[in-house]
Amino acid sequence: MEAVLALAIGVLAASGVWLLLRPRTFQVIIGLTLISYAVNLFIFCIGGLRTGADPVLRSGADITQYADPLPQALVLTAIVISFATTALFLVVLLASRGLTGNDHVDGKDGTP
Amino acid sequence: MPYDLAALAMLCLPFLASVVVLMVRGRQWATWLMIATAAACLLLAVGIYPAMDGGHALRHVVHWVPSLGLDLVLRVDGFSWLFLMLICGIGLLVGVYARYYMPPDDPLNRFCALLLAFMGSMLGIVMSGNVIQLVFFWELTSIFSFLLIGYWNQGASAREGARMALIVTAGGGLCLFAGMMLLGHIAGSYDLDVILAAGEQVRADALYTPMLVLVLLGALTKSAQFPFHFWLPQAMSAPTPVSAFLHSATMVKAGVFLLLRFWPVLSGTDAWFWLVGGAGLLTLLLGATAAVFQQDLKAVLAYSTISHLGLITMLIGLGSTLGAVAAIFHIVNHATFKASLFMAAGAVDHETGTRDLRRLGGLRHVMPITATLAVIASAAMAGVPLLNGFLSKEMFFAVALTTHRGPAVDMAAAAIAVLASAFSVVYSLRFALGVFFGPARDDYPRQPHEPPRWMRLPIGLLALACVLVGMLPARVIGPPLRAAAYSVLGEATPAFSLAVWHGLTPPLLMSAIALVAGCVVYVVLRGYFAGCETLPLLGRFSGRRIFEWMLTLLTATLPAALEGLFPSRRLQPQLLLIVLAASLAAGMAMWGSSLPLSLHGSGVDPAFALLWLLGGACAIGAATQAKFHRLAALLLTGGAGLVSCISFVWLSAPDLAATQLLVEVVTAIVILLGLRWLPKRISGMAPDSRRARLRRRRDMVIAAGVGLGLATLAYAAMLHPVADSISHFFLERAYTEGGGHNVVNVILVDFRGFDTLGEISVLAIVALTVFALLRRFRPAIESVDAPAQQRLQAAFEASDNGTASVVADYLRIPGLIVQLMAPVIVLFGLHLFLRGHDLPGGGFAAGITVSVALVLLYMARGARWVEVRLRVAPLRWIGAGLLLAVSTGLGSLAFGYPFLTSHSRHAYIPLLGELPLATAMLFDLGVFFVVVGATSLMLVALAHQSLRRPRVLGEPVVDAEGDR
Repeated sequence: MEAVLALAIGVLAASGVWLLLRPRTFQVIIGLTLISYAVNLFIFCIGGLRTGADPVLRSGADITQYADPLPQALVLTAIVISFATTALFLVVLLASRGLTGNDHVDGKDGTP
Repeated sequence: MPYDLAALAMLCLPFLASVVVLMVRGRQWATWLMIATAAACLLLAVGIYPAMDGGHALRHVVHWVPSLGLDLVLRVDGFSWLFLMLICGIGLLVGVYARYYMPPDDPLNRFCALLLAFMGSMLGIVMSGNVIQLVFFWELTSIFSFLLIGYWNQGASAREGARMALIVTAGGGLCLFAGMMLLGHIAGSYDLDVILAAGEQVRADALYTPMLVLVLLGALTKSAQFPFHFWLPQAMSAPTPVSAFLHSATMVKAGVFLLLRFWPVLSGTDAWFWLVGGAGLLTLLLGATAAVFQQDLKAVLAYSTISHLGLITMLIGLGSTLGAVAAIFHIVNHATFKASLFMAAGAVDHETGTRDLRRLGGLRHVMPITATLAVIASAAMAGVPLLNGFLSKEMFFAVALTTHRGPAVDMAAAAIAVLASAFSVVYSLRFALGVFFGPARDDYPRQPHEPPRWMRLPIGLLALACVLVGMLPARVIGPPLRAAAYSVLGEATPAFSLAVWHGLTPPLLMSAIALVAGCVVYVVLRGYFAGCETLPLLGRFSGRRIFEWMLTLLTATLPAALEGLFPSRRLQPQLLLIVLAASLAAGMAMWGSSLPLSLHGSGVDPAFALLWLLGGACAIGAATQAKFHRLAALLLTGGAGLVSCISFVWLSAPDLAATQLLVEVVTAIVILLGLRWLPKRISGMAPDSRRARLRRRRDMVIAAGVGLGLATLAYAAMLHPVADSISHFFLERAYTEGGGHNVVNVILVDFRGFDTLGEISVLAIVALTVFALLRRFRPAIESVDAPAQQRLQAAFEASDNGTASVVADYLRIPGLIVQLMAPVIVLFGLHLFLRGHDLPGGGFAAGITVSVALVLLYMARGARWVEVRLRVAPLRWIGAGLLLAVSTGLGSLAFGYPFLTSHSRHAYIPLLGELPLATAMLFDLGVFFVVVGATSLMLVALAHQSLRRPRVLGEPVVDAEGDR
């Protein structure tokens, strides 16, 4: 499981970084989304992986039986914030498109 | 106890009044409130005098963060009391004066508020019993003095003077802060009493010298000592009442106050003698010389202020106890005569319309009372017998004669003291004789009259004080001066005599020499002085110019050079640098550590592997398609996101999965709405250049490296045994203290509620930013038209005489379904919200669900259709949510608990059964509102773009959205 998830994080991050370095705004926004997936999974897995653990308290159960709530709470916050960044970036992208007439990240077409 | 309260009231009153003054209407109310506040403070100051009886210090502690040793400590002893009297007394007189001086068309609310706030900050400095608190008020005075000096901000010189004063004094304040931190560190406490008792220990410490330099930087900048003196003359562009207040009793006196306050701790070393004494001596000489050559009345006073402050600093620096007493005495004397002189100069300016000494003269004929008062005050400044300046100057001569540093230093100090005094006689004469004597002139810009009575009164009272102190020193100033000296020097307070006549002593002789020499120089060189524009020789090395040069260097030249060091202003190379730097940092951190890269993790579930095979393919697909096939890339990204949702479920995190799934939906919609405005990009239009191919290859290598590194790191992190984390705490307390079974939700709304509050604020800000940016957005012309398919269909229908109606019935059936489904979705959102505390769900998920319902309606039915039927006010949702969240948090304060403490109880409600009712739920409701509002604000703003008309040159902008 660990190896699969680690590879998954790697692939997501690599695709994301590659897109981040592209010149078109849309590529960058997709890249950021992919990177945020990778980072969310990364933060989540720091606590170790638990399959089939109980996420919600039941009476009389041992607390070692539960899934670690802390990374979950952190990631939940991260998901919302990354949504906000994506939305903001999209609007900046649109504004820059309107101002410069193209969708290059530096507002100048011509460079690949 | 009543004394404590009086002190506390004295500190709070000016600040409170300054807020109130801003709200009252009109000049009358504002000025009266200012005068009343100053008078009340003065009365309180007089009232607490008995508390100082017998060398006691009044002390009042308000606990703030006791665990960090941070308390609000009010401490008033004889020395600070003297300052309180000066600040409140001169503050009151300046208030009265300003009421008549300031131009009648100025409402004065801002002026009064600033003056009061400044006064409060000064009171704060002198009453501080904690050094950090002292620095805080110190910086406040810098800020308020900046605003006061720049009060007439339409004038460039006022703005520049204010800026210079701020940079110099606030910069010094930062040094002082560092110095106080060091001092507190050495003494082991930030409490003033502890520090004052730790003198020996402080002076013996290895950090003494750096600490002393830092503290002195603070004090000397504030008191305009060489080489920082240049800001004071520039600050003369302030309104004259401000100058009278700042440069006589307050702002500049804060520096010497600080030096005297810490005199028992810091003085007595060689470093103190040379640094403080040297700065004082140079300033004394420089100020006195420069004052002689000025032509502007206020500039004469400014430089004379510098020189008198130099005198005080020198007295403090010499290190003898009698010097300290003389310094305190001269502080009081200087404050009285300088305040009255500034006010007199203001009166002259007010009446004649000019401050130029060459254009003034003979005013005693038209304003005899002002002339008399000003002559008395300037005689006090010159050190004429029977006035207060004479007494402190005589003390100064006595101290200068005995520096205890060898006969050479004694001789030099005495000679310089006499020389500077002679100069002060010269500029006092220029001020008094030049303005009020000589033939009457009639070429003034205005016809001068005697100023109004209430403008003369403050000058008169101060002049009276000069005379009283000068004639009956022991009676008038004796007891408070002794109390002040005792609270600084303690048992070491020397015996000093306050008498007008001490017999024929060397100091008297020196006074006589200075007076005679001054008069002679004035008579001989009077014409020469009048012809000078600036100080000869030294005038070229003006501190102001050096300051401006340094400012340009720091704010323009250096940043430009630094910017030039970086390869680009463009985003792409910068992103590359960021990625490389981050990878480098991570790589360096990982380098030395031995990662447990053995393969003994838990067994691989083939289904999970298959799932991520799909997820990885989606990610790579998105990466390759993002340039030419945006929709495909978006869908593929969604695929990768979906796979990570499933992983969350798999790995026991249903809350994450639910939220991620919903966010996924909204993100996809948001981007879809934006897609339309991007330019078309068609594959194979332009062949790739060699450079582009190289670039891509390079980026591919970097991306692969990052991916590999992150994978390794993640693998190592997952196999690393988890230390005992705080999670156990959360698991144990979630139900007993948070009242919820869903630990993640309890963490978010209860344990870490403050983080969540920050997060929803971010969300709200982003939504507002999106809204604001889109209001000004105008799409590119080529993407304004309807999509090609729609246009084709419309053209076809038009040619077909309306038999087909695809365009009109576009999305009719999905629209109907969505319309029916919307309430169900909203209900589902509410369900998610209600169960959130005990089961997966919560405010975030619920909020997004509800906004999804709204946006589906927008998409299926169109913005106009929705808005006719449904009134959505996202801004209100956001506002209500934030208010609710904050007031829930504040509610706990009312019950004596810290901010955001929650209370929980399970209650039985008919029909619904037992429900967990925690106040955290109200907080979660706030979260819910904010998320609904923010998400729908963004989505609606984006959706509205299609309704806008393009901007055509020459036509006014038509905003289809209107100004909602």
